[in-house]
Amino acid sequence: MRIAHEIVERNEDAQSVYLVAIPNGGVPLARQLARNLREISGVEPVVGVLDTTLYRDDLQITSERPALRATEMPSAVDERVVILVDDVVKTGRTIRAAMDALMDFGRPRMVQVVGLVDRGHRELPIKLDYVGKNVPTNPGEVLRLQGTAGGLEPPLEVVVVGAAAEGRP
Amino acid sequence: MIGRDLLGIEDLERADIERILDTAERMREIGEREVKKVPTLRGRTIVNLFFESSTRTRASFEIAGKRLSADVINFSPSTSSLKKQESILDTARTLDAMDPDAVIVRHAVAGVPKRIADELEAPVINAGDGAHEHPTQALLDLLTVRQEKGRIDGLTVAIVGDILHSRVARSNIYGFSKLGAEVRVAAPPTMLPAAVETLGVKAFTSLREAIDGADVVMALRIQTERLTGSYFPSVREYSATFGLDRDKLRYAKDGAIVMHPGPVNRGVELSPDLADHRPSVILDQVRNGVAIRMAVLYLFSGRRRRPGLAAESPRGGAAA
Repeated sequence: MRIAHEIVERNEDAQSVYLVAIPNGGVPLARQLARNLREISGVEPVVGVLDTTLYRDDLQITSERPALRATEMPSAVDERVVILVDDVVKTGRTIRAAMDALMDFGRPRMVQVVGLVDRGHRELPIKLDYVGKNVPTNPGEVLRLQGTAGGLEPPLEVVVVGAAAEGRP
Repeated sequence: MIGRDLLGIEDLERADIERILDTAERMREIGEREVKKVPTLRGRTIVNLFFESSTRTRASFEIAGKRLSADVINFSPSTSSLKKQESILDTARTLDAMDPDAVIVRHAVAGVPKRIADELEAPVINAGDGAHEHPTQALLDLLTVRQEKGRIDGLTVAIVGDILHSRVARSNIYGFSKLGAEVRVAAPPTMLPAAVETLGVKAFTSLREAIDGADVVMALRIQTERLTGSYFPSVREYSATFGLDRDKLRYAKDGAIVMHPGPVNRGVELSPDLADHRPSVILDQVRNGVAIRMAVLYLFSGRRRRPGLAAESPRGGAAA
């Protein structure tokens, strides 16, 4: 709910807000965020889903091909304030891929980013506009998010469950 | 797991086929965008090596490669030094030395793509070899049926026409059987391969019996260029017996769809009216062809066998 309030404060024109979720984790978050925004401003923003896999920067260096996820962009992004929504942000590479993908759909007026959890360890100059929780971690650790309503409502609990290989950058 | 080359559906596991179909499902969305291009294969080179003429399949692979941002080179014998008696393998090796990330091969003789794949470092994708296999055609047919019917498992699929000479039939028999459909084939006795039942299909010489209760009826093209002997008395008689029209289609299940790999000989395999309208889904097949080839290029390209690292390549066995 706090993030929704911050979004409303920063974006006076609620009509122009377009939430774009990065699958899989960003999808339930964006839907929850859309409901919260409707409660606050009376306007429910459009929610899109944008898979970043085909824009990843590591496809050239491995022959393993990751599975693709659905992309559904229900309306044009031109002149909209697009807010990318992801659950956990670490290196920033996924956000970079999402921005490139987004530009292929048109020319948003502005792009902002929501990260429910910011783990640090950025490898690109990318800064989040809205952060649910800063969680200092070691680079190899795997997190599990526990919380209500897609993790957006408190209590949000972040549990370090192990140090397995990374699923995506 | 998927191997290095795509030579035929016979070599694929059910899970491999489903992975390709799922990937193609996602690729289809790219074709609906205004900018129909993603940067995935930027800097990759794909060679279309077509020894046998083809417009549709070649164009489909070319569009697929370009939508993924690959550079696509078309190489066909009429414009090449094959006329100077260069052997097929020499041509392929020469192209391979230019480091392509995938080579798509079509040839009138069965087994040529396999023979080329054995020589090359680049992955080879079979775009049709003689009467052997045409894997991407079967994959796009599977995708189209899955889209129309929501599943493949438990469906009844009737393939009608020149089964003997058809690589499309062979690949589809493997594909639909592996995904759990019942496959029937129907043709004049001269166009049924000997012991076709060993492929796991039911063979019929009557169209009506074959399509009785079928969910999918697939008509094959009568390939005049491959018919050297005399297989039926006349085209007119073939059309009367095995040509599909709305009247004969009544024997199939309600809501059955009609497919054809194209190009249709109108009035021979399909009545003109049926060729152009529902329940035929021929243009969906074409559209899905691009999505399937995008999926295949995404999954297979770049798996070059590097000299000295053969043991690590997927084809090396242990690593896969």
